[in-house]
Amino acid sequence: MSVEFRLPSLGADMEYATLVEWKAAPGDVIKRGDVIAVVETDKGAIDLEIFESGKIEKLLVSPGVRMRVGDALALLEGEPGRLKISPAARARAAALHLVPDAVAGSGPGGAITLDEIERAGRVTAPSAPSAPVAPAAPAAPPLRDLRSVIASAMARSKREIPHYYLSAAVDYAAARAWLDAHNANVDVTLRMLPVVPLLRAVIVAAADVGGFNGHYEDGEFKPGTAVHLGVAIALRGGGLVAPAIVDAQAKSPATLMQALGDLVNRARSGRLRSSELAAGTLTVTSLGDQAVDSVTPIIYPPQVAIIGAGAVGERPWVVDGRIEARPILTLSLAADHRVTDGRAGARFLGRVRDLLQTPEKL
Amino acid sequence: MSASALQPAATTYRDAIREALRDALRADPRVFLMGEDVGRYGGSYAVSKGLLEEFGEERIRDTPLSESAFVGAGIGAAIGGLRPIVEIMTCNFSLLALDQIVNNAATLCHMSGGQCPVPVVIRMATGAGRQLAAQHSHSFEGWYAHIPGIRIVAPATLEDARGMLAAALRCPDPVLIFEHVALYNMEGALSDEWPQADIERAKLRRAGRDVALLTYGASLYKCLAAAASLAPLGIEAEVLDLRSLRPLDDAAIFASVRKTRRAVIVDEGWRSGSLSAEISARIMEQCFYDLDAPVGRVCTAEAPIPYPKHLEDAALPQAETVASAVRAMFGK
Repeated sequence: MSVEFRLPSLGADMEYATLVEWKAAPGDVIKRGDVIAVVETDKGAIDLEIFESGKIEKLLVSPGVRMRVGDALALLEGEPGRLKISPAARARAAALHLVPDAVAGSGPGGAITLDEIERAGRVTAPSAPSAPVAPAAPAAPPLRDLRSVIASAMARSKREIPHYYLSAAVDYAAARAWLDAHNANVDVTLRMLPVVPLLRAVIVAAADVGGFNGHYEDGEFKPGTAVHLGVAIALRGGGLVAPAIVDAQAKSPATLMQALGDLVNRARSGRLRSSELAAGTLTVTSLGDQAVDSVTPIIYPPQVAIIGAGAVGERPWVVDGRIEARPILTLSLAADHRVTDGRAGARFLGRVRDLLQTPEKL
Repeated sequence: MSASALQPAATTYRDAIREALRDALRADPRVFLMGEDVGRYGGSYAVSKGLLEEFGEERIRDTPLSESAFVGAGIGAAIGGLRPIVEIMTCNFSLLALDQIVNNAATLCHMSGGQCPVPVVIRMATGAGRQLAAQHSHSFEGWYAHIPGIRIVAPATLEDARGMLAAALRCPDPVLIFEHVALYNMEGALSDEWPQADIERAKLRRAGRDVALLTYGASLYKCLAAAASLAPLGIEAEVLDLRSLRPLDDAAIFASVRKTRRAVIVDEGWRSGSLSAEISARIMEQCFYDLDAPVGRVCTAEAPIPYPKHLEDAALPQAETVASAVRAMFGK
């Protein structure tokens, strides 16, 4: 007997993917989390991670073939392990008429948890019951391009999410001094971008002030168990993606910088990992390299908040009763009014501002 | 008492039990305390220090070193209409009185068709963590919780140390009170209006959303420390203090598990055939479809408790092993 490895859904709106190349061959022993193939989706080329461990018996699909979510890609040797899914998740999947095989699990031993079923249910809810594992339709609609993916996500956001907006001007002098001191002492490859203290402050503030990190699903806010910080990254050919730095709360500024550099490189070369695309729980978008003072961002559903940063510019600023030229950054927050109110938003944004005054503690 | 009436008095777990004993002895002439070294020596953990002087030899009775004899005498006194409190130095020595407790105290009310209740209260120290080696570090409360006909309680807080004795004396069944040795020196404030304790219900000591830590006795504080260390990771653990080990407060346990969908049972007993196994089985029977992860357990290593400090620490549940069991549930 063998176990089928099926094409997982790599986030909202994905229905199809085309196999670009195999990264594993029959006979290879692979473990959970290994990249075994590269597939082309409407978000670019994605490294496909496997969520089983075992030995590859047979590859079922050749490069160039277009597959539907749920199609079998490869056979693994061994007994067809029973689907690892928690009782609560199984009951919920049945209620949603969802076939859970193609859902990647994050629970103990890779088991599918309730959270993943809720997420998969949201992705597939508009289609007919049992659609996820239906055989590929011969006349499939054409692969949508990145622009239409952005269009559909942003239109959904503006349609469904009652945004409220706040902004605050932040003195970035302390952060800049800290960056300069850090960068003077390290190799050029380890230098930190100006956005890193901001990312770190947002991560810490999200842990301190509840209601901004997580997802809004099925009519309720589900707080994230970790901060998977989405970062909006402009692609060279136009358009943007917002993959997540997974478990960002556990990263120091230096490792955060490494993770960011790595993420930007891979986003631009089209080599994001599947787990990074759907993970984000809170996003930061920075137009710091452009001549804009502030950004009024749009929340990336199902997230509930996004922080926008304009360019840091020299401004007249009152310090101890005197006017000085200081580097000023205008931060803005767009947040979901179904989850929080302006007062909580002000606390969150104020916390980010305060944290940036003592960057050495970040 | 010099403490101001407005200020909660600083006290210890040991003092809280002594005050409860003093209250009981004053309130009811049928109450007396009996056990090895409870009188002149003041109790092996100094709980009854000073009571002999205050209440006299009739009511604070030193006994010979024969657990079977004096526990049996306590059972007889209870049947005869008195309200004895029997102190067994530690649960390790209670095995010598097992026949009296299991064959007599637990059965007589049932066998007499309710005509012969046995309202005895038996207190004993339990648990490890003080480098007393294998023969003096047992946790047998889980064993006793196997026996119908007796009630088992484990006070973990000053309020429960102060309040459970009165509730136990009011109860017509034999009640065994397990006092963890690591708690006697625990300090805290106890106001004069300490809440009346019951001996039936579990108590939520910390509310949380993601996982229920089910525990009792000294492990309560390890669980609270674990919960605090998990919060920065975004894991909100709730901590349920079981308090009564027989009967178990099923309603509170199931409510906690249904809310969080995940449970880790933390029990200083050994895992095999333990109270943690019983709780896990009940969750499986009643909450199976609510679970989002297998029930976890953190118990003592299946070996006699070691003497060296580092090995004893390694054998017992600790805040870090509890936190790590929870993190594993969330893939962290």
